[in-house]
Amino acid sequence: MSGPAPALELRHVGKRFGGVLANDDVSFAAAAGAIHALVGENGAGKTTAMRIAFGLLAPDRGEVAVDGAPCRLAGPQDAIRLGLGMVQQHFTLVDAMTVAENVVLGAEPGRRWALDLAGASARVAELARELELRVDPAARVGELPVAARQRVELLKALYREARVLILDEPTAVLAPPEVGALFAVLRRMRRQGRTVVLITHRLSEVLAIADEVTVMRDGRVVAARPARGLDAAELARLIVGREAPPRIAKRPAHPGAPVLAVRGLTVLAAGGAGGAGGTGGRPRLDGVSFEVRAGEILGIAGIEGNGQSELIDAIAGLADPAAGGSSGTMILAGLAGLADLTDPEAAAGSRAAAGSMAARSIEPAVPPGGDAGSLPPDRDAGSMAPSRGSADTVDLAGAGPRRRRQLGIAHIPEDRHRRGLLLDLDLAENSILGAHERPPVAVGPLRGWLDRAAITRRAAAILARFEVRPAALGLPARALSGGNQQKLVAGRELSLPPRLLLAAQPTRGVDLRGSELIHRHLVALRDAGCAVLLVSSELEELMTLADRLLILHRGRVAGELDPARATVEEVGLMMTGGGAGGAQ
Amino acid sequence: MSGRPLARLGPALAGVGQALVRLGPALAPLLALLAALAAGGLLIVAVGDDPVAVYGLLFGSALSWPDGIGYTLFYATPLIFTGLAVAVAFRAGLFNVGAEGQLYAAAFAAAWVGITCAGLPAWLLAPLACAAAVAAGSAWGALAGIFKARFGAHEVITTIMLNFIAVALAGYLTRFHYRQPGDAILETRPIGAGAHLARLGSLVPGLPARIPLNLAFPAALAACGLVYVLLWRTRWGYELRVTGASPDAAAYGGIAVGRQLVIAMAISGALAGMAGINEVLGYRYRYYDGFSGGYGFTGIAVALLGRNHPAGVALAALLLGGLVRGGLFVGIFSEHVSRDLVLVLQGLAILFVAVQRLPGRPAR
Amino acid sequence: MSAQTAGFLALSSVRMATPLLLAALGGLYSERSGVVNIALEGLMLAGAFTAAVVTHFAHQPWLGLLAAAGAGTAVALVHATAAIRFGANQVVSGMAVNVVFLGLPPLLSGALFASTSQTPPIPRGELLPRAPVALAVLLVPLTWYVLERTRFGLRLRAAGENPEAVAGAGLSVARIRYAAVMLSGALAAAGGAYLSIGQASQFSRNMTAGRGFIALAALILGKWRPFQTLFACLLFGLAEAVAIQMQGAAGVPVQFVQMIPYVLTLVALAGFIGSSRPPRALGLPLAPREHGR
Repeated sequence: MSGPAPALELRHVGKRFGGVLANDDVSFAAAAGAIHALVGENGAGKTTAMRIAFGLLAPDRGEVAVDGAPCRLAGPQDAIRLGLGMVQQHFTLVDAMTVAENVVLGAEPGRRWALDLAGASARVAELARELELRVDPAARVGELPVAARQRVELLKALYREARVLILDEPTAVLAPPEVGALFAVLRRMRRQGRTVVLITHRLSEVLAIADEVTVMRDGRVVAARPARGLDAAELARLIVGREAPPRIAKRPAHPGAPVLAVRGLTVLAAGGAGGAGGTGGRPRLDGVSFEVRAGEILGIAGIEGNGQSELIDAIAGLADPAAGGSSGTMILAGLAGLADLTDPEAAAGSRAAAGSMAARSIEPAVPPGGDAGSLPPDRDAGSMAPSRGSADTVDLAGAGPRRRRQLGIAHIPEDRHRRGLLLDLDLAENSILGAHERPPVAVGPLRGWLDRAAITRRAAAILARFEVRPAALGLPARALSGGNQQKLVAGRELSLPPRLLLAAQPTRGVDLRGSELIHRHLVALRDAGCAVLLVSSELEELMTLADRLLILHRGRVAGELDPARATVEEVGLMMTGGGAGGAQ
Repeated sequence: MSGRPLARLGPALAGVGQALVRLGPALAPLLALLAALAAGGLLIVAVGDDPVAVYGLLFGSALSWPDGIGYTLFYATPLIFTGLAVAVAFRAGLFNVGAEGQLYAAAFAAAWVGITCAGLPAWLLAPLACAAAVAAGSAWGALAGIFKARFGAHEVITTIMLNFIAVALAGYLTRFHYRQPGDAILETRPIGAGAHLARLGSLVPGLPARIPLNLAFPAALAACGLVYVLLWRTRWGYELRVTGASPDAAAYGGIAVGRQLVIAMAISGALAGMAGINEVLGYRYRYYDGFSGGYGFTGIAVALLGRNHPAGVALAALLLGGLVRGGLFVGIFSEHVSRDLVLVLQGLAILFVAVQRLPGRPAR
Repeated sequence: MSAQTAGFLALSSVRMATPLLLAALGGLYSERSGVVNIALEGLMLAGAFTAAVVTHFAHQPWLGLLAAAGAGTAVALVHATAAIRFGANQVVSGMAVNVVFLGLPPLLSGALFASTSQTPPIPRGELLPRAPVALAVLLVPLTWYVLERTRFGLRLRAAGENPEAVAGAGLSVARIRYAAVMLSGALAAAGGAYLSIGQASQFSRNMTAGRGFIALAALILGKWRPFQTLFACLLFGLAEAVAIQMQGAAGVPVQFVQMIPYVLTLVALAGFIGSSRPPRALGLPLAPREHGR
């Protein structure tokens, strides 16, 4: 093929991490001056391939070529010197320093040892003007919203005169209008003759902006072609390897009585300039009110950083004590007749007596076996009696995380490494976290003795039901892959079983098969009468699973939609406050 | 890419690897100790002595019967306690450098009970004195725990400060209120006979009673067993270990992290306190200034070498107890090497364990 | 209190604060770059011992000071290697240094001078003059300038806040941290040197008596900033000066007087810690890098 050499190439690159072959004979070529989309689902190997291209990783096999010439990259500094730039998924910014300081770090203007801050500021402002990026060189990065931080990352690469820009999932943290603004910037870069490699797993983006597409699956390249003429269905087939999976067979919900009622929940940000996260004194949650009913999945949509994390934390009782404080009420309902979850024998008894019920209660759980993968009754873990009307309620104010767990609130955390897992402890001990102070795990007079056999049984059941591999109970959790770790956490929380499940990004980092599994279990839990609050940054997931959809914007409930009827555009509009084209 | 012979090499290596892994837990600290001894050998040469002779004296005096082994076990006893103390704290994510102060507080408390209640019969006095020791050590440890839980103050700094304060307070009380008149060294009056812990020599045939090895030693071994059961078989131990593994995950799982920190330091302090009774109730029968030969600090080496596990702690304590015994002999009998060599060896051992990045240590 | 006593107390405070200040500034460089330095105590002891020995033989205190700085750099390099290259837990490796220097100086002293508890006294004329006190104070604005207005300082601060940002810019986090830790060793050892050949006239076993940890507390109180650390050190210096003044006073047992600096440290840590935020990457080992240096 004649013509100019591709701006960036990977030639037969292979990379293995322990037992996993992340890249298997990957060959990739991005034409100069094109916007090239590198597509695939979570775990396909896209990020690994591009990290190799940028010199952050050394390939086991194969080579990287820039402008047709193979090069040896000892580290990112070599890549930068060759004109490459990369904006990673997790920004590498120093919050405590200004935009200008962040941009020039490593290539600072000035003589000898001194630092020319004024010159740095001027240069940054100039670059920003060229591409119509809005940014204040003197602002502290820690106080900027996410979209602005991304612009700083772009400037870092542009300051070093990158001819090829690699962007790893840049739209994961942006609202639809902000995505539009970013794409406008990318088009301007293309006009300047720069090459852009866009890693994404979102089909719509590929179709909107890419000139060329490379599809990866399971560490291999399965297709590389111009984007023209490509349609969504074919793209999906290439990504997944088969026809797009049928939407999960989900019976319509039969919601019962409200399990959680939230009224006027307001959470203030931590005070002062030193507070974490960007937006100064504005409350993170502002007068949020809603209800979650038994037997329904309430989805919470919104760009990350609009209050979802604070909402989940507030309900789980894990609010940051350094934060400015909160107000409003959260009432947990439907406790009448519900045996204390700490006593499974009594729970079983009350379930048997559940024949006579008040009018507002839901149907008893359909016996399992009908749905593939639905949760079989776990006698050991204690069962959940269906709600019997809301005569008894508990105000969650003042209840700590322990009490809330005792009341039946389970929580799949957003950040499994920080909160959900004990990386150095083994799988068995991880599987009892949160259930460790109740029978059957803890027995004896003061519930002080751990019943090893019961722990083993429980752990093995969770690992089996949620297909966690390898299922070796003595393995430290650190040894599992991210997807398996997430399945373990999800399995643990779903198996309690809870009355109210808070699921934050439950399938983050999980491949398609595992995500399907978790989704099936979530629906089965819902059908068994649990109330589920689902927070996800994947609109697809929300639209599929949720029975009702709330959209959060700037800490307020921007609206409620019916996922069966709403369109992505409608949701996107509400996610950004309803104004079209206005980036934050 | 690989040929046939290479392909068969793989599984063979894997087999060797597996065997090594099973030995693993004991191997790493042993390597660290050997490395420390090697480095110490270089130091001995630098100082002008013969490493073979010095180490020969060191180990020989530690392993002779009955005096060597007897004294080794005697010195190992407080080290088992302080090692357990530091290990339990590490399991909770805390670095307890204050075992020294905690055992001083405990030792003084035990002596105080032994003196003021001297008239009580043995079956009452000895346990009472032990209880006082445990309570005092526990309180002193809990103090540091509260500072961490409530104020976020780093426990290394607070426990070291508390060390100095404990020694000073005990010294003050000894000098001004409980001084043995006429004695040059700062020590208290003797405790009542009822508080004495029986020498093992009077119970075990073949062991002369002049060796101060006493009931505290079997008590230390029992403590190892109790700590194991506590940490791995009880809910409270699980909560403590989870707190140490990840405070965020602990809070998420419904564990009160602040309370766990204080409880862990209290248990740690109690164990360290037990170290004091070996000397006060089992040997000198009084409290005196400077009685601890740095048992608190040595406990750190014991815990790290023992990988923060009670069985490892027991073994490491025996090793380091032997070093204490041998160190004394080396200090007396060798030309240029003083017993401070043992401190240097300990520090090097801690360093070499640290670079192996073994799990089960404080997060920050 | 008379003006004379007050003036004397003030001067005395500054003198007492000098070793603390040097050690604390050393700690500042190390910790701002992301490496916890609990080893300040051991580094001070290393410096104090080296200074005393070298001055004894060379009869030149400035040579002793220089040698001390060199020794401190070398010892700090050990801690740095353990922490950076091997990813050891930084608190443990720091304590290891401390324990080694509880024993090493007496051991060497015993071999050199037949006394494990002290080195031979150094005549007055060969001790350090008052100059290091002024130098230490001048180091404070100098440190501010280095951190805020030089390339090295910018990179050092970034390494302590987000080492990934530094790595992504193509710089070596390890090299920055090695430099910072070695600098901290030199400064802490200089502080120790001032103790043995500036304030006292010899090295005695454990003469730092916890000052290295008090310096660390001063650093935390000073929120890892140069000028605030200076004030914290002056505060502790004042405590020591008061303690010495009171030693002669009748009726106050010596032990209580001795306790003052330590109790003050506890109070300070309790009262001020909550509002103090350490460098974000402090104490965290570098993630395993494919392209290690």
